[in-house]
Amino acid sequence: MKENFAISVRELTKRFNDFTAVNAITFDVKQGEIFGFLGANGAGKTTAMRMLCGLSFPTSGQAMVAGYDLYQDAEKIKKSIGYMSQKFSLYEDLTIRENIRFYGGIYGLSDHEIKTKTETLVHQLHLEEQLNKLVKSLPLGWKQKLSFSVAMIHQPKIVFLDEPTGGVDPVTRREFWTLIYEAASQGTTVFVTTHYMDEAEYCDRVSIMVDGRIDALDTPLELKRKFNAPSMEEVFVQLARKAKRTE
Amino acid sequence: MKQFLFFIQKEFYHLLRDKRTLFILFGMPVVQIVIFGFALTNEVKNSRIAILDQSKDEVTTSIIQQLEASQYFDIEKNLQSEADIEPAFREGKIKLVVVFPSQFQSTLLHTNSAPIQVIADATDPNVANTLTNYASAIILDYQNNIRGNQDFPYTIQTEMRMLYNPQMKGSYNFVPGVMAMVLMLVCAMMTSISIVREKEIGTMEVILVSPMVPLRVVIAKMVPYLLLSMINIGSILVLSVFALDVPIQGSLLLLVFECFLFTITSLALGLFISSVTNSQQTAMLISLMGMFLPTIMFSGFMFPVENMPLPLQIISNIVPAKWFYYIVKAVMIKGLGFFSIWKETLILAGMTTVLMLISIKKFKTRLE
Amino acid sequence: MRILRILLEKEFRQIFRDPAILRIIFMMPMIQLLVLPMAADYEIKNVNVAVVDLDHSTYSIQLVNKVKASGYFNLVDYNESFEKSLEYVEHDQADIVLQIPASFEKDLVREDKATLFMALNAINGVKANLGGAYLRSIINDFNREVRLDWVQLPRVNPQPTFQISSINWFNPLMNYKIFMVPGILVVLVTMVGSFLTALNIVKEKEVGTIEQINVTPIHKYQFILGKLIPFWVLGLTTLSIGLTLEWIFYGIVPVGNLSTIYIFAAVYLLGVLGLGLLISTYAQTQQQAMLISFFLIMIFILLGGLYTSIESMPVWAQVFTKFNPVSYFIEVIRMVVLKGSTLYDIRFHLLAAAAFAVVLNSWAIVNYKKRS
Repeated sequence: MKENFAISVRELTKRFNDFTAVNAITFDVKQGEIFGFLGANGAGKTTAMRMLCGLSFPTSGQAMVAGYDLYQDAEKIKKSIGYMSQKFSLYEDLTIRENIRFYGGIYGLSDHEIKTKTETLVHQLHLEEQLNKLVKSLPLGWKQKLSFSVAMIHQPKIVFLDEPTGGVDPVTRREFWTLIYEAASQGTTVFVTTHYMDEAEYCDRVSIMVDGRIDALDTPLELKRKFNAPSMEEVFVQLARKAKRTE
Repeated sequence: MKQFLFFIQKEFYHLLRDKRTLFILFGMPVVQIVIFGFALTNEVKNSRIAILDQSKDEVTTSIIQQLEASQYFDIEKNLQSEADIEPAFREGKIKLVVVFPSQFQSTLLHTNSAPIQVIADATDPNVANTLTNYASAIILDYQNNIRGNQDFPYTIQTEMRMLYNPQMKGSYNFVPGVMAMVLMLVCAMMTSISIVREKEIGTMEVILVSPMVPLRVVIAKMVPYLLLSMINIGSILVLSVFALDVPIQGSLLLLVFECFLFTITSLALGLFISSVTNSQQTAMLISLMGMFLPTIMFSGFMFPVENMPLPLQIISNIVPAKWFYYIVKAVMIKGLGFFSIWKETLILAGMTTVLMLISIKKFKTRLE
Repeated sequence: MRILRILLEKEFRQIFRDPAILRIIFMMPMIQLLVLPMAADYEIKNVNVAVVDLDHSTYSIQLVNKVKASGYFNLVDYNESFEKSLEYVEHDQADIVLQIPASFEKDLVREDKATLFMALNAINGVKANLGGAYLRSIINDFNREVRLDWVQLPRVNPQPTFQISSINWFNPLMNYKIFMVPGILVVLVTMVGSFLTALNIVKEKEVGTIEQINVTPIHKYQFILGKLIPFWVLGLTTLSIGLTLEWIFYGIVPVGNLSTIYIFAAVYLLGVLGLGLLISTYAQTQQQAMLISFFLIMIFILLGGLYTSIESMPVWAQVFTKFNPVSYFIEVIRMVVLKGSTLYDIRFHLLAAAAFAVVLNSWAIVNYKKRS
């Protein structure tokens, strides 16, 4: 495994009883890359991602995340990653300011850092007016952008995004991707799962999971060429059709 | 009809999938019966007492032996002086101290009268009363022994007969109460939570837009809990008859019918709670404070209703468990027939109907 | 330290923003301490008696009047039919039927001996026992009076007699509320502590925020302390509210030192919160958490010596109470409030409470997994 990869995975497997959710996947993610992690529902994306974030123990296989071993240094990994889960995971009964303060605080930011972060973040998302409102009063799109910014609050080396734009309107999605590009341009590696194939086109490289395995991994351009398909959607459908597993 | 069956099937899946909940729902009545039947008694025995014998003569020694011999007392300590009494109580274990003054025997010989002091820890008034009575009785027995028996003129004797429960077992009182409690818990609390949960998650809306008639949705929700409750009733009855020796004096059929009726009352209550709440936590809180607590308080099996202030006694009449408790006691323990309980049955049925109608109405308006 | 502060800040904000929690903390003590003690009056009084008088003599009427005047008994009916009186018992309207036979007065005067008949509803054994005993002692009193009418007793005891005097310490007025109310307060503090802790954590599980916490580098112990401290404060707040209510409404002022109660409660609460924490590690949904806590707390309370004394339980149940934290606190609060026991008197209780705190919390910490 080379040190300059942000994520480096070898034969990573997760079994639940007799069900193999993730079946010996192997791949590398370069630093600063936007890595798309695609797959049909139930293909094992979320399970794989949860393992990489240290939320779930692998059954077997190797993985290095941000230069640390997944088995020995899971807690060190956590310092260098950000995570945005499928479920909205900010506290609905806290205000925006309080949420930022809370997550900034547990990542060890000083009061001063939290203050400046809050200012830039709120400015960036145009949330000045809402700063002291409870998060539950925000529309979904803003909630998602806020979650992303909060996941990025400690300037992690890698950020994991699990279907960050699910249920969000196209305008907000575009805005969201602007945020992702900005993060990537500052050197953060972005690991993102999505169901939107237009979003897959935005990624530097894309992997497609089918039944717990990675069936394809390349740049979108290369994948379309390989599968002789006009769009990523076509590539995806071709691969997903082979799936035997249903949800 | 087929739809309806599918729906019931779905409810069963919910219930059966959650093993922990199921375990507790079935374990609850068993544990309660065991605790109430075997562990909780109002009898007082093996109480620790201390003796302050300042005389140490033949008479005091034999009285102490009598006390020791009884099943009510364990003599834990012999105190040396009056100053020892308070610390002995304060450490918590000693419930009673029997004090003999010095020169006890000689006082008795000379004046035919000798004082004995019984000091009780009245922290728990009932225990103190009972223990004082027991100690006095033992001492008086001894007194009659040394006097030798003789008949007094003009004696009134009292013959006593203990009705229904000649062995005075606590379980006769508790079993009907446990039944009311378990049914309340399983039916009212669980149904309300499970319906409110569907509201929280949002599946209720999906169901409501389906072509199912709301009434049927409601009934389907109830069927599994109804079944579960009947199983619980069965296990309670089996346990009481075979483990606690509480026989069913009256008609089993009538008893089961009344249980069935009360189960429906509880389900209606659960439905009612679910129709006025929107979060699981609130539903639980209302079930606990509004249903469970009154059941324990007002049914009369743990707390005597007749000692309560009048307003509470009046409130107790709107608690369904009170009527159910009365009915079960009448049928199961006193062995009475339907004619003795038709009024109570009618009240319970009336409450059920009203609750059902209100909740179904609320359920419908939610739809519109 | 800073991380802990941030966690606490967040928990307290959420608590003060949640009307349900505030309601529980303020309303529960009100309801439980003000209503429950009214119900928990076990003093045997208001025993209902139906009298069947087949004699209608001077003596029988005197006896009935004496029963009525005693204050313990309500005369439900006075009739000539045992069957009719029994019906009162069947409908729970009478507890005792007292039958005075037809030749009561004649037998007593002529034969020196007469028999009364008493039938008691023994479903509630305690009531039957005590009610019967009261009625018997009234009859014995009556008997003595009758005897005095006919025989002049000598003034000096012809027979050896023990003069038994009884004194009731610590609660001379035999007030049942002083006994029950502190015990109920213990139940309350226990319920608030364990339920709220368990539900709070499980709610974070259900909503998914716990996942977000688990991907951060905070340590288990920080997270757990961050949860425990707020509920520890809440528990002590409930205790304080409860003690204040007891003082205002029942005039109960602990004989012992208030600090003894607080020191014990502080340690005890750690154990209770540990229990809540432990439950939360096993439960997936709030419904489960609620049910498990309810189930455990119910057993703890029933076997905690609140309603019936521990000494009279069978051995297996007594052994169980050794592992029941609630029983220790109930004993301690009664000792301190009523008897003025000191910290030294309750040293073993304190030790036990500390042991519970250590065991339950360690178990919970081991079982709490940041990673599944």
